[in-house]
Amino acid sequence: MRVALFLTCVNDTLYPDTGRAVVKLLTRLGVGVDFPMAQTCCGQAHYNTGYRHEAEPLARHFSDVFEDYEAIVTPSGSCGAMVRELYPRMGERARAEGRGDTLAATLAPVVPKTYELTEFLVDVLGVTDVGAYYPHTVTYHPTCHGLRGLGLGDRPRRLLEAVKGLELVELPGAEECCGFGGTFALKNSDVSAAMGADKVRNAESTGAEVLCAADNSCLMHIGGTMTRLRTGMRPVHIAEILASTEEEPAA
Amino acid sequence: MSGTFVGMPVFPPPTHPAFPPPTHPAFPAAARNAVRDTTLRGNLRHATHTIRAKRANAVAEVSDWAELREAGKRIKDHTLRHLDRHLEQLEESVTAAGGTVHWAVDADEANRIVTELVKATGESEVVKVKSMATQETGLNEALEAEGIAAYETDLAELIVQLGEDRPSHILVPAIHRNRGEIREIFAREMSEWGRPAPEGLTDAPAELAEAARLHLREKFLRAKVGVSGANFMVAETGTLVVVESEGNGRMCLTLPETLISVVGIEKTVPTWRDLEVFLQTLPRSSTAERMNPYTSMWTGTTDEDGPRNFHLVLLDNGRTDALSDEVGRQALRCIRCSACLNVCPVYERAGGHAYGSVYPGPIGAILSPQLRGTGSEIDASLPYASSLCGACYEVCPVAIDIPEVLVHLRERVAQGGEVTRNGNKVVLKPAKGHAAERAAMRAARWAFARPGALRTGQRLASRTRRLHPRTLPGPGRAWSGTRDLPPVPAEPFRDWWQRTQGGKGAAK
Repeated sequence: MRVALFLTCVNDTLYPDTGRAVVKLLTRLGVGVDFPMAQTCCGQAHYNTGYRHEAEPLARHFSDVFEDYEAIVTPSGSCGAMVRELYPRMGERARAEGRGDTLAATLAPVVPKTYELTEFLVDVLGVTDVGAYYPHTVTYHPTCHGLRGLGLGDRPRRLLEAVKGLELVELPGAEECCGFGGTFALKNSDVSAAMGADKVRNAESTGAEVLCAADNSCLMHIGGTMTRLRTGMRPVHIAEILASTEEEPAA
Repeated sequence: MSGTFVGMPVFPPPTHPAFPPPTHPAFPAAARNAVRDTTLRGNLRHATHTIRAKRANAVAEVSDWAELREAGKRIKDHTLRHLDRHLEQLEESVTAAGGTVHWAVDADEANRIVTELVKATGESEVVKVKSMATQETGLNEALEAEGIAAYETDLAELIVQLGEDRPSHILVPAIHRNRGEIREIFAREMSEWGRPAPEGLTDAPAELAEAARLHLREKFLRAKVGVSGANFMVAETGTLVVVESEGNGRMCLTLPETLISVVGIEKTVPTWRDLEVFLQTLPRSSTAERMNPYTSMWTGTTDEDGPRNFHLVLLDNGRTDALSDEVGRQALRCIRCSACLNVCPVYERAGGHAYGSVYPGPIGAILSPQLRGTGSEIDASLPYASSLCGACYEVCPVAIDIPEVLVHLRERVAQGGEVTRNGNKVVLKPAKGHAAERAAMRAARWAFARPGALRTGQRLASRTRRLHPRTLPGPGRAWSGTRDLPPVPAEPFRDWWQRTQGGKGAAK
């Protein structure tokens, strides 16, 4: 299977460890991974801030880069939801504006082939035990676009439960938004910070060492709040936990 | 005998919008104060979490909830698509049943009609059923200016009115008040308005309810005019429906001689049968009850039973403008249940007042900028008052995709474009204050369309990473005022990938 890693611009720039973890994990599971160097950004921030027309060329670029792969795997719930939920909507809007079917037709091929990492593992590869080892207490925060957009359901949880050495503890108010919300974090920083602080307090109350999620942009906000509030916890992307083994444990 | 005013009279556009305080600060500034008010945060957290959990249970026990939700959505969409026809049928049915129908193009006209109707009775006071439409038009203030006292009889509206406060929730307007505050308001204010609060009133809920009961009872018995809204209007029969929990609404609907109902045109349903869906989804979504305690239905007038005179004021006030917007029109499906408020993490922290409208929360953030336009500071900021977490869409009993409409309205604010205002197509300019953002978005699009440019930027960030401060000056404080910045890695992923041939090389 020709699988492309769509790492996302945020991970590429700020979280290369997550990218390396996805490559390590998928390689271990026998999947050949390619990283198309031409990839940039899916356009989510543009679209969600009200700049749909600026997002369109980025979506077309995404399609050009990824359309020939059999599967496109991304370690980000929100960027995955951008492609799967919002690319079709962008095509519809263009049609409604009298611009024909060109955009919809350009974007259509990549939509069904794009998988968030945990979906790809559970649904496509059919595995929940990926042979990982992570001897830490972990609480899991289901990020909004993964939870309500993509409907990841219990896939991340099933993967975590199968990790050797990992103790999974329940996060109170897990399904509540952490307050990141892209440009919301800047435009409504007071409310965003209040939501983040509540999320961190809930996470702290579990006694876990690690808060795990499947989206680094949310973890950037939660993690930045954790260090500012001087908690002992750290944010870790689920890919890094699943990539960790007894031979090569994650830091 | 009753008559009917046919058609939608043409009035010049209103010189001032009656339902917004147009100078209300933008949402982020208004929310800042609420976030820092620990009492308010505590009150809201307690109230929203309690009702949130109850709603979830009430919905979970209905096996065909998804189908009911879909049916409600379809009934509303179908009705809205043929609203002209259904409204004319409604007018005929109400008239045939002995009522009088009036058409109000905006808030001012609605208030003028109601004021004249009350004056014609010779009365100088009215009792009110809880009504969002008359909150929207600012009817109480308009009546007061003409020397007519309007008494709110819904318990929470009474608390708001006595406290000279503003409602902060659609269903529970005094949600921002706790028991102690309510006791204090009753003890202080009731004597100014009528029967005083009993001596030694405590903050026990039963005592507070009894104080309100005694205070309101004399108003019910004295009033000759009642004013209401309605949850539904059945076009085929001309029946109006009010759904409530206290029974105070029914007092106002049945005891006075004259009843005036002000209802938004989108509250129409074609047939009696359609109620079957909404009378299941509304109570469970709003108060988490299987069925609300009081459902009042009336069809025109009946001799020797209930009000002798019935007037229906059909309110547009921006609704047909919203209806002309393909994406935004779904907001008109709203049945005002408040489930989206109760589940919203932003509402929970910011409180209802920050939304600068009688419609707070997620639904308010998409309704107010459509009904009032995006011209004011508050209305231009409301579409951004959301993290797009999607919890509102998930609980909405008529499946309004609130995040979709929020993003659509952000586009209108940031980019401008064609909209309908007061029935006319106009082209909006982009709102002020977005120039820097627009330039940044354009620059980012330019760079992202060129992988080489992105890489240059990433490398620059990585090479200078030791120089990066942990906090940012100026506008960057919006992030780093409360959150540390993530450290920039030594190299971006793409450089590692190229250097190691996808991790196959020796270097790690």
